[in-house]
Amino acid sequence: MTALAALIRRDIRIALRVGGGALIGVLFFLTVVVLMPFAVGPDLAQLARLGPAILWLGALLASLLTLDRLFMADHEDGSLDLITMSRTPLELACAAKALAHWLAAGLPLIVATPVLGLLLNLDMVATGAVALTLLVGTPALTFTGMIGAALAVTLHRGGLLMAVLVLPLSIPVLIFGVAASQAAITGPLSFGAPFSILCALSLVSLVIGPFAAAASLKHGLD
Amino acid sequence: MMISLGPYASFIVTSYAAAAIVVAILIGWVVLDYRNQTQRLRELDRSGVTRRSGRSAVDTP
Amino acid sequence: MTLIDLANPTRFLALSARVLPWLAAATVILLTIGLYQSAYAPDDYQQGATVKIMFIHVPNAWLSMFVWGVMSVASLGTLVWRHPLADVAAKAAAPIGASFTFLALLTGSLWGRPMWGTYWEWDARLTSVLILFLMYLGLMALWRAVEDPSRAARAAAVLTLVGAINLPIIKFSVDWWNTLHQPASVMRMGGSTLDKAFLIPLLVMAVAFTLLFVTLHIAAMRNEILRRRVRSLQMMQASRIAFSSDVGTGSRQENASKGAA
Repeated sequence: MTALAALIRRDIRIALRVGGGALIGVLFFLTVVVLMPFAVGPDLAQLARLGPAILWLGALLASLLTLDRLFMADHEDGSLDLITMSRTPLELACAAKALAHWLAAGLPLIVATPVLGLLLNLDMVATGAVALTLLVGTPALTFTGMIGAALAVTLHRGGLLMAVLVLPLSIPVLIFGVAASQAAITGPLSFGAPFSILCALSLVSLVIGPFAAAASLKHGLD
Repeated sequence: MMISLGPYASFIVTSYAAAAIVVAILIGWVVLDYRNQTQRLRELDRSGVTRRSGRSAVDTP
Repeated sequence: MTLIDLANPTRFLALSARVLPWLAAATVILLTIGLYQSAYAPDDYQQGATVKIMFIHVPNAWLSMFVWGVMSVASLGTLVWRHPLADVAAKAAAPIGASFTFLALLTGSLWGRPMWGTYWEWDARLTSVLILFLMYLGLMALWRAVEDPSRAARAAAVLTLVGAINLPIIKFSVDWWNTLHQPASVMRMGGSTLDKAFLIPLLVMAVAFTLLFVTLHIAAMRNEILRRRVRSLQMMQASRIAFSSDVGTGSRQENASKGAA
C-alpha cells in the first residue's frame, strides 16, 4: 500500500513540476474551447446550446493528449522496468499511475470548467451539470486511454496511432456524458438515467483499464 | 427471364457490383500475395539460404 | 486434425492445401445458389425490390462481427495459450474483416437511400457498424506500425480483446443515443417476422459468405506464414552478409594497425 502511495505521490510531483505536462492539458482545453466560437459563430444562444458538447469534446481531447506520456517517460528513464519487476501487482501499479495522472491532469480540467462555461454562456445549473459529469466521466477517459498509452510504449509509437485506437473506445463515455449534461439543462429526460450509466462506465473502465494495460506491458516489454 | 428491379434498380445493381468488386479485390490480393511470397522464397532458395531445418524453403504443398 | 496438429506451420500448410480447393468449391456452389435464390425472391410489399440489397447487406454485417469474434479467439490464443498460429490467424483476418465491414456500410447506405432519402442517416445500426469499421482500421494501422510481427501481435491481441469487451457497450450506447435523438427508427425488420421467401435465400447467402471468409482467411494465413518464412530467411541472409563484411573490416583494421606499427 505504501508503495502505491509513494508511486502516486511521485507521479503527481513529476506532473506538476517544471517540464511536467499536467497544466498544458488545461491550456489546451482552454484553447480548444476558445476556438469553437470562431467555427460556429458568436451567437450566444447557440453557444449555450452547444456548450456541454464543446466542453466534453475539449476535455476528451485534452485528457487523451496528456495521456500520451503516461508510461513513455518512465520507460525512457528505466523506472517502468522497476515497476514491472516490483512485488506490487502490475495491475495495481497501473491503476495507481492512472489515478495520479487523473489527479494531476483531470481535476484541473474540472476546475477550469466553470470559467469556460462563462465564456460559452452557460448558467450556473448547466455549468454545475457539466462539471459533475466531467468529474464522473474523466476517470473513464483516463483509464481507457491508459490502455492506449501502454500499447504506445510497447510499440515505441505514440501520438496519432494511440488517439486512433482509443477514441472509438471513448464514444460511450462521450454519449452519456453529454446526454446527462443536456438532460440537466433542457431535457425532458431525467438526469439520473444517463448519469448512473456514466458512473457504471467509469467503474467498468476502472476494472478493464488496469488489466489491459498491465497485460500489454507484461507481454510487450522485453 | 428478366428480373424486374423496380425504380431503384441502380441501387440494387450498385450494391451487388460493389460486393463483387470487393470480393474480387480480396481474391486478387490473396492470389498475388501467394505468388509474390513463393517467388521470393524460390529466389532465396536459389541463392543458397536454407532453413534451419535444412528443408527447402519452397514446400510444394 | 486437432489444434496441436495445426500448431506446426508446415503441417498447417500441407493440411490447408488439401482443404482449400474443397472449401472454394463449396463457396462457389453456395454463392451461386444463394444469388439465384435472391434474384428470384419476391418483392417486399413495403420496400419493393430494394429488399434484394438485404441479401448482401445482412451477411456482411454478420461477418463484420463474426470476424472480430474470430480475431478475439485468436488473440486469446496469442496471449493465453501462445499458439504459434494464433497471431497469424489474427493478422490475416483483419483486412478481410475490414472489407466485409466496408461492404456492410456501403450496402447499408445504398439501401438507405431509397428508404430514408439520404445516403447516410445516423441510424443506430449503421453508426455502430461505422465505429466497428474505424476500430478495424485502427487495428490494421497497429499491425502496420510495427516491424516485428510477434511484438505487434501481442499489442494487437490486447486491443482486440479490449475491443471485444467494448463493442457491446458501444452498441448499447449508440442504440440509446439513437432513441434519444430519433424516436422513430425507419429500418425495422425483426428476424422472426421475416417471411420464409426471404429467410431461406438470406440464410444461404449468410452461409456462403461465411464460407467465403473461411476460404479467404485460410489462404491469407498461408500467405502470412510464407511471408514470415521469407522474413526470417532474409534476416539470415542479411546476418551472413554482415558477418562476412565484419570479417572484411576486421582484417582491414589489422592491416591498418600493422601499417601504423
